[in-house]
Parts: sequence; structure tokens; C-alpha cells
Amino acid sequence: MRPMVEITDLHKSFGRVEVLRGINIAVPPGSVTSILGPSGSGKSTMLRCINHLEKPTAGAIQVDGEYVGYTRNGDTLSEISGRALARQRAGIGMVFQRFDLYAHMTAIENIIEGPIRVLGKSRTSAMEEARELLDRVGLGDRARAYPAQLSGGQQQRVAIARALAMKPKVMLFDEPTSALDPELVGEVLSVMKEVANSGITMLVVTHEVAFAREVSNEAIFMADGVVVERGDPDEVLRKPNHPRTRDFLSRVL
Amino acid sequence: MTTVAMDTPVASPTLKLAPRRHYLQIAAAVVVLLLAFLLAQSLATNDNMQWHIVWQYLWDEQVGRGIVTTLLLTVLCMTMGTALATVLAVMRLSKNRVLSSVAFAYVWFFRGTPLLVQLIFWYNLAALFPVLGIGIPFTSVGASVSTNAVITAFVAAVLGFTLNEAAYMSEIVRAGIQSVNIGQREAALSTGMTESQSMRRIVLPQAMRVIVPPTANQAINLLKATSLVAFIAGGDLLSAVQDIYAVNFAVIPLLVVASIWYLVIVTVASAGQYYLERWVGRGVTNFSEAAVTDQIASIEARQGGAA
Ligand SMILES: Nc1ncnc2c1ncn2[C@@H]1O[C@H](COP(=O)(O)OP(=O)(O)O)[C@@H](O)[C@H]1O
Ligand SMILES: [Mg+2]
Repeated sequence: MRPMVEITDLHKSFGRVEVLRGINIAVPPGSVTSILGPSGSGKSTMLRCINHLEKPTAGAIQVDGEYVGYTRNGDTLSEISGRALARQRAGIGMVFQRFDLYAHMTAIENIIEGPIRVLGKSRTSAMEEARELLDRVGLGDRARAYPAQLSGGQQQRVAIARALAMKPKVMLFDEPTSALDPELVGEVLSVMKEVANSGITMLVVTHEVAFAREVSNEAIFMADGVVVERGDPDEVLRKPNHPRTRDFLSRVL
Repeated sequence: MTTVAMDTPVASPTLKLAPRRHYLQIAAAVVVLLLAFLLAQSLATNDNMQWHIVWQYLWDEQVGRGIVTTLLLTVLCMTMGTALATVLAVMRLSKNRVLSSVAFAYVWFFRGTPLLVQLIFWYNLAALFPVLGIGIPFTSVGASVSTNAVITAFVAAVLGFTLNEAAYMSEIVRAGIQSVNIGQREAALSTGMTESQSMRRIVLPQAMRVIVPPTANQAINLLKATSLVAFIAGGDLLSAVQDIYAVNFAVIPLLVVASIWYLVIVTVASAGQYYLERWVGRGVTNFSEAAVTDQIASIEARQGGAA
């Protein structure tokens, strides 16, 4: 089966610092992949390369068979237009560590913005779907609240609904619970579990080892810009082979 | 002695909260009011103020036309200047070096030369370029008109003020855009919006919170700066009263007439600024019942068709 996300020899440098040093990952459709690793190991950068918020220095990324940000002509990948890139991004949802809800819009306006502006949906049908999504993340009664009137956990659930409203093929989560008070982590993780069960392909950067073990099909461990260990989450997270993995797990558990 | 008394508080009367009295503030208010009264009285009873002339010319038709011209110039130049400023600010922040250099050079030039010189330059454009035209170089294809036919005094004033205002406003818009967290743009892009959609729908509306207060300042400055057209064309409020006192020599009363109208316009504009600030601060600084109700009403109005 063709992978949903395929990363081939991905390199990324900021100035002279090489942050990603050759990443190879293939993720099957409908799978959940957890990405763990110490801070600064390049997890966010890799995730942001997948929807081209960062431009790779070398290597290729394909989502559902399309090169993200490029089109292939023989041996070269030529950069595509901003409009074409935007169309590709519409199929790749992203949830950020700091939620990044549009601060001047209510919860429901945050959700309908993309479907109306990008997918060209009517306001009526966008509102209807947004209400269903808010119910799904347990916030049916908070549609008219501004982000600043919501708790962190509620904001993150709205952010997940906003991403889902685009009906993406892939969802990227960058440490979605790291900015939350401990008692709010659970509500976000349970929404993510429900999304995972719906069959959407997910890549999740997280420090939540229990979540990674319970929900994901594969765990990937990164350090210093490379994948040092990958495999069945139970194996990798219970009996890590690599000393970096062992060291990291002993600190987060 | 038992310890019961310590555990069960004796019913005590509800305690009243007495706010601190601000005696100094009251004293200051009395002094200020007294001074204001003395000033008002000395002005009102001063025959040199010639209040009857002030009153007469307050409603003068020529003064009225001056107000209209001043307002027209201000609104026109502020609107076009702000639109151009937004384009300049986006260019300035663009990764494209050519665009950002052009914007930088524009601001450098129009902020760096006196406004009056710019106005006189546009007015006298015909002396430099007697004919304005468009065409394909080295061919005879094209069209042209006499400069003096196009650049009337009013057009020169509009050009001058607009281009100058755009330079100042672009710095304000740039600061506004930069005040919006980068995450907002990235969130918008990640849902498939283009750069320009994310700018128009997500970044600029939030930048407005920072842009509006200094913009109101700019508008009020421009309102009064339009009196510089007295040097090229006239027709504005200040020129109108100058024309009148050139004939009847009632200099002070007519300047008071102009000042009263400038104050009235600025007062109305400031009230507008207050409501505009409340609107653009929604979701961030303003959760007042009224603002949220307005917002809900407008959402409901927009979904009207659905319900
Ligand atoms: N825009 C940037 N400019 C320069 N350096 C960056 C930038 N983004 C990330 N980095 C650097 O890249 C490295 C990896 O960062 P990141 O991908 O955020 O790691 P992680 O998410 O695993 O903590 C860090 O050293 C970080 O400082
Ligand atoms: Mg990170």
C-alpha cells in the first residue's frame, strides 16, 4: 500500500546549523505515529516541513503521493505556486503547541473560516458542520466564546475542530498538551484518541508516553536531527535499545 | 474558659466597606474649575474678542464651503493614503528584496522632504513635465494630455497629502502587522489559506488594535495640515477665514471661528475612534456585554438565511 506520508532523506539547516540530518519515514494511511525525543532534536522542524511551513534544504516529502511544495519533472522537483501550495496544505491539518486560535474570532468563527474561504462552502453548511465538530470535541455550548474566554484545554479542542473542519487526510500535532495545566491534558488527549479512532492518519509529537503506547501504531524516537529508534510503541517505549531513548524515557517517566 | 468561642464566631454585624476619600483630588478639581471659570469669564467679557462677529461667521456660507473642502481632503487623502500604506507595509515586510527596498526608499523620501515642498512640487508638475502620457517606448503608440489639464490645484493637493500620508501610515501599519503573533499567520496557512488571505482575514484585523490609535492621531494631524493648501489652492477652512479677515480685518474672531470648527470635527472624530477601538479590540481587550452582544447580533444577522 502507498504510504500516506513519505519522508525521504530530509535535511534542514538554519544558517549553518543542520537541524535535520537525513530523515526517512513512511507512514501508512490511517495509522497513528508518535514522535518522541529531547527538546531541540528537530521534531517540530520535521513536522513543519510536512506542510511546508519550513522549506526543506534537501530531500523530499510526499503526502498521498503528491510532493509537498513541488512538482516533479524527471529528476528535479520544481517549486509550485503559492496557490497550489495552499491547496496542498488544506489537506494537511495542524495543531500547534500554543493553540493559535484566531484571537479576534469566536470559537465557531475560527472553525468556519477555512471551509468558507478555502473550500468555498456556504456559511450555512459551514456553520452546521462547525456545530457538529464543537459537539464532537465537547464544546457545543461555547460556540460564541472568544479564545481568551476559554481555558487552554478548551482552546486546544477548538483548534482540533478547526483543523478537522478542512477534512484533512493527515493531521499533525506538535506537542498539543505541553502548554496545558496538568488537569487539562486528559480532555485534549481523549479528543485526540477519538480522532485517531476515526481513521485519519496522525503524526503526533508528544511527551505523553502513555498516550503514545495506547494509541499509536508506531513510535519514532528522534535525537540530534536523526531517527535513532523506531518500532512498535510498546517495544520502543518499554525496552528501548538505544541509549539516547533509554536516557530520555528515564527522565520523562 | 472554653475554646468554643474561637470555633463558632459570634454573630457580628455585616461590615461596611468605606472607600477612601480623595480629598486632594476634590481640592484639585475645585481649583481647576475656578481657573476655567475665570478664563471663560475674561474671554466672554473681552470686547476685543468680538463675539458677535464670531457668531455671525460661524454660520457663514464661505466658512461652510471651507469645512466641506477640509473634510473632503482629509477623508479622501486619509483613505487613499492608508490603502497605499498597507501595500507599502506588506511590501516592506516581504521576503522579496526588490519589493522591500522600494517600500523603504518610498518612506525614506516622502518622510524626508517637507510636506509643503511636496505640495508645491505637485502643483508645479507642469513646469517639469508639460505633457503626461502613456505609450510604448520607441513607437508612436500611446496617448498624452497636457499636465495642467490633469493636475488642478485640488488634484495636486490630494496627490501631495495622499503620498505623504502613505509614508507615515505605512510605518504604523507595519508596526501593527508585526505586533500580531507569527503563530496566527502559520495557523491560517496550515488550513490552506494563501498568504494574502491570511493577511486580509487573520493578521490585519488583529493588527488594527495597534494601528487605530496612532491612525486617529494621523487623521487629526492631516485635518489640520490640509490648511497648507492655502499656499497652492485654498478653499479649505483656514483659507476661507483668511480670505474673510483679509477684507474685514477681524483676524482674532475669524481664527476663533476656524478653531471652533476644527475642535468640533476633532471631537466627533475622537468619539468615532472610541467605538472603533472597542470594535477592533474584540476578543482581546474588550469583552463588555455590549460588544459581545453586538458580535452575536452580527453573526446572527449573517446566518439569517440559515435559520
Ligand atoms: N526558525 C529557526 N531559526 C533558527 N533555528 C531554529 C529555527 N527553528 C528551530 N531552530 C533550531 O532547530 C533546532 C530544532 O528545533 P525544533 O525542531 O523546534 O526541536 P524540537 O521540536 O524537537 O524541540 C533547535 O536547536 C532550534 O533552536
Ligand atoms: Mg518542538
